[in-house]
Amino acid sequence: MKNKKENRNDNNKKKDYRSNSLWRLTLRRIFRQRNAMVGLIIIGILILVAIFAPFIAPYDPEEVLIGVEDIKKREAPCIHFLGCSEDRPQHILGVDGNVRDEFSRVIYGTRLSLLIGFSTVGFAIIIGVTIGALSGYYGGWPDNISMRFMDVLMAFPSLLLAISIVSVLGPGIENALLAIAIVSIPIYARVVRASVLSVKEQTFVSASRALGASSLHILFNRVLPNAIPPLIVQGTLGIGTAILDAAALSFIGLGAQPPTPEWGTMLGSERNQLFSAPHLVFFPGIAIMITVLAFNLLGDGLRDAIDPRLTHQSIEE
Amino acid sequence: MGKYTIRRLLLSIPVLFGILAVTFFLARAIPGDPCHAMLGEKASEIICERFREQYGLNKPIYVQLGIYIGDILKGNFGDSIRFSRPVMLILIERLPTTLELSFFAIILAIFIGITAGIISAINRNSATDVVTMVGANIGVSMPVYWLGLMLAYLFALKLKGTPLWLPPSGRLTAGLSPTPFYEVFGWAAEKETFKFYVLEFFSNFYIFNSILTRNWEVLFDTLKHLILPALALCTIPLSIIARMTRSSMLEVLKQDYIRAARAKGLRKFSVIMKHAFRNAFLPIITVIGLQVGTLFSGAVLTETIFGLAGVGRMMFEAVTARDFPVIQGFTVVIATGYVFINLLVDLSYVFIDPRIRLE
Repeated sequence: MKNKKENRNDNNKKKDYRSNSLWRLTLRRIFRQRNAMVGLIIIGILILVAIFAPFIAPYDPEEVLIGVEDIKKREAPCIHFLGCSEDRPQHILGVDGNVRDEFSRVIYGTRLSLLIGFSTVGFAIIIGVTIGALSGYYGGWPDNISMRFMDVLMAFPSLLLAISIVSVLGPGIENALLAIAIVSIPIYARVVRASVLSVKEQTFVSASRALGASSLHILFNRVLPNAIPPLIVQGTLGIGTAILDAAALSFIGLGAQPPTPEWGTMLGSERNQLFSAPHLVFFPGIAIMITVLAFNLLGDGLRDAIDPRLTHQSIEE
Repeated sequence: MGKYTIRRLLLSIPVLFGILAVTFFLARAIPGDPCHAMLGEKASEIICERFREQYGLNKPIYVQLGIYIGDILKGNFGDSIRFSRPVMLILIERLPTTLELSFFAIILAIFIGITAGIISAINRNSATDVVTMVGANIGVSMPVYWLGLMLAYLFALKLKGTPLWLPPSGRLTAGLSPTPFYEVFGWAAEKETFKFYVLEFFSNFYIFNSILTRNWEVLFDTLKHLILPALALCTIPLSIIARMTRSSMLEVLKQDYIRAARAKGLRKFSVIMKHAFRNAFLPIITVIGLQVGTLFSGAVLTETIFGLAGVGRMMFEAVTARDFPVIQGFTVVIATGYVFINLLVDLSYVFIDPRIRLE
């Protein structure tokens, strides 16, 4: 509450000399969304963990500790602080089926998951924006055909189509990423097309055209910037989905292959040991959940901030 | 209405055609010669020649597409490589399990999700609301298979020996087997006839079959085996339905007619259910339709974990064995079902909201 008041005072003070641009208003709204901030903080931490993984992880994630330490495979977590005997080697999250330190593997898994999220969404956005922008801007039969194709892609349950694509391309992390990216192209194409259609007939675009600007110039400098906010929202939510889907593909053996420290793969290879070593299933799952949750929180918060119609805050204020 | 239904049906034909085309070209995109992909590396040139002749692989690609679509319309999905039997037969055996599971899961998701959403909306910003929405946020972020494994660990291992114990895998306890209803009723059907397959298909719905044959033991056992997989499968749809219900209800509860209804002294419950919920229902049912896709995808993972012999599990096994005809057949059937359900959702708008005129 106090924060809000301060913020408002801030506004009043600065109103005289600072323009309230759309971006600044939006940014302010984002910072006011508690959920978005929580998401952002978690993502920040995850990025730091990914970057500094070698310093955080006590072991090499792929190092088999047979003969190195006196431990058995699938040993339960041993934390000195919580009363585990000091003469046992410390493994915060236990030891996996191949006698590797689970904690180090979970930490390194952050790298791969974030990479998966950002790269698939990046790829899907590039292709989606190209398709959506061109078909929305030029219209006609190419628009019709590409949008019908997008309809067809969306008619498949997404994970199922991804499974089909990977089973054609062959298992492996690159193919899994490609499949997830292909499956998510239609969302971005649609979002971009919709915002292109909504602005392309507006006066500022006509003005630009009257001044003799080329089609490409209008498309990139006048029309597309309007599609950025919804794309950011969709992209953030998409990263969460991509991480979840990639983990699912890895879980069923189509994605990252062992010994890669990928959360889905780790879960999948130990799922039959659930009753004897539940920690090996529990922790990778928690890691997936926290990561996906962070992107979902941020995405939802961004949507509320960018599209004030959906939030009830703006009405109350 | 009739006109709209027909037009909407016609409009989904290109989409269905597209689904077939996509799966067809996916199958053709498998690297290497389809003959070697299907019959194995050791297939000789003569066998391959016959194989190509048999499947029309030596004809132009558009003719092949035509043959493929024609086959599927006739219910011929090709043969499974692993089992050397028609995919259609596998579907008849396996589809009922998946449909039963998905149905159970979506019912749970709808009832719990809508109730939670309404309670959240009425008590906005209360502790209940916050807890529900945090729960929903976590629910959409959870890997289905992980939740399934955790549930199995809790209910099958930790609660062993208590009345809350639930079986972690399988469809029925070993030793129990349902008698198909057509045998009980004495409806004889020749094996491998169309009628036989239809009867077989319906008798594979264990719940339906055990109610028909009044075999309560099998019914309770089936339900007991369904609870954990259905719980795991329903979390994502449940969370999304709860969130949508909440925001849609909040939107409606602000309206003047709600205040008017309350002001004229109607009971709160009837205002919420009759005046508010009915108006809030449209976006909710749209989301329900879309979530069916999540259910079908989730079934692959859930069935694998819980050892249910449904199409999802089959899909997983087919992926591991690279049994592409099975993957292709299942994908077509499930995508078609998904399109069909969303078509029904579209058509239901008129019944839910009579103000909508579909012209």
